[in-house]
Amino acid sequence: MHVLPYLVAVWIFLVGCYGLATSRNLIHAVGCLAVCQSATYVLLLAVGYRDGATAPVFSDVKPGSRPVVDPVVQALALTDVVVGATVTALLLALVVQVAKRHGTVDPDELSELRG
Amino acid sequence: MNRRLRLWLVGVGGAGLAALLVAACLDLPRFGGDRHPYGDRAVRASLSRHTANTISSVNFDQRAFDTLGEMSILFAAVLGCVVLLRQTRDEHRDRPEPAEVARPVRGYALLVLPVALLTGLYVIAHGQLSPGGGFQGGVVAATALHLLYLGADYRALERVRPIGVFEVGDALSAAAYLVTGLAAVLAGTAFLTNTLLPYGTFNTLSSGGTVPLLNAAIGMEVACAVVVLLARFLDQAVEIEQDKGEGEVRAP
Amino acid sequence: MTDAVIVVALLLVAASATVAVATRDPERQALVLSVLGVVLAVLFTVLQAPDVGLSQLAVGSAVTPLLLLLTVRKVRRRPRRKEPPP
Repeated sequence: MHVLPYLVAVWIFLVGCYGLATSRNLIHAVGCLAVCQSATYVLLLAVGYRDGATAPVFSDVKPGSRPVVDPVVQALALTDVVVGATVTALLLALVVQVAKRHGTVDPDELSELRG
Repeated sequence: MNRRLRLWLVGVGGAGLAALLVAACLDLPRFGGDRHPYGDRAVRASLSRHTANTISSVNFDQRAFDTLGEMSILFAAVLGCVVLLRQTRDEHRDRPEPAEVARPVRGYALLVLPVALLTGLYVIAHGQLSPGGGFQGGVVAATALHLLYLGADYRALERVRPIGVFEVGDALSAAAYLVTGLAAVLAGTAFLTNTLLPYGTFNTLSSGGTVPLLNAAIGMEVACAVVVLLARFLDQAVEIEQDKGEGEVRAP
Repeated sequence: MTDAVIVVALLLVAASATVAVATRDPERQALVLSVLGVVLAVLFTVLQAPDVGLSQLAVGSAVTPLLLLLTVRKVRRRPRRKEPPP
């Protein structure tokens, strides 16, 4: 239990990398990159967790009455989620351009075209 | 490089990376541990500035400069998409044919739309108090708008979201964030310092100094960005067609 | 009790991430990714991070799969050229 969350994050990251390397379709590759990104969120939040603590929001908890989890890593993960989505959108826009120019989204066929 | 060699390389590299990452994991502080020096300090700083939601305080006060960087990435990504997905000379627009949507789905979409939109705005407005804020609320509000595509049709969606207005809104909110930061400089402190406004009463809507202002700017920026992004992708997927002639002329 | 919930959520996330990568058809992958988004949001809520859970729910289960599906539609609609251009 003490290392399981970290190992899950490592597993997600490696699986995503495997998918990226063996992908035959650029759209699928972008999806795999999204999987890799989610590994970072799991790792960040796992680092910040504290046993028996509550969320660091004090609108209904009296400050100091209960331990809270680490808010810094949550803030990092939160901005990353939204900004990551727009970067995914940029990559997908590039895929659309590749499909328009070359008529294929298979990375292997694309490298043959260039060579 | 052929496929086999590449897979082999990926395997070796992946195994090495896996070994290193697992070794690193075994040395990390244990999951659920009680030692969070940065977290404790962030909570103390947030309470001293009367911001109930510590995460908003970290995002828009203690690490506001970092959020400025994130916002610039967002802005640049949207700009890139707009440039990449514009209509080129060898393309034309086709009127999309209205698709069949089951009546209950239509009714439900129209029913949920105002609720979702209001939820998004509520989440933005209460960012400094309860879980939520500009980043989440912006996405919810922008996505809610697109229920109109399901509930009515594409034309109706295009009428309620003039893209030009949202592009201007995107730039304006990015500028508003910068201006709020510069106002602190003019007041004689550092860029983006939260000393401009009174901190207010803890756990009320106007608490937290400049946190609600920056939060609102980010909310508007994210909402406009998501609307513009989805609009560009919808345009490409539904309306814009490549001219038949051009592609065939270029093919051998 | 909380530990058990966290372990279950973690295993669900790992499983859905694996399925998302193993699904080679991008259209189906988008759907699996939206499931992954929901499971991640549950995990974040269990880990006491409601802010991140909310943002993951909005982005991971709606915006990203929608963008992927729109791209699939755009790319599929084009007639594929048989031979590479000169």
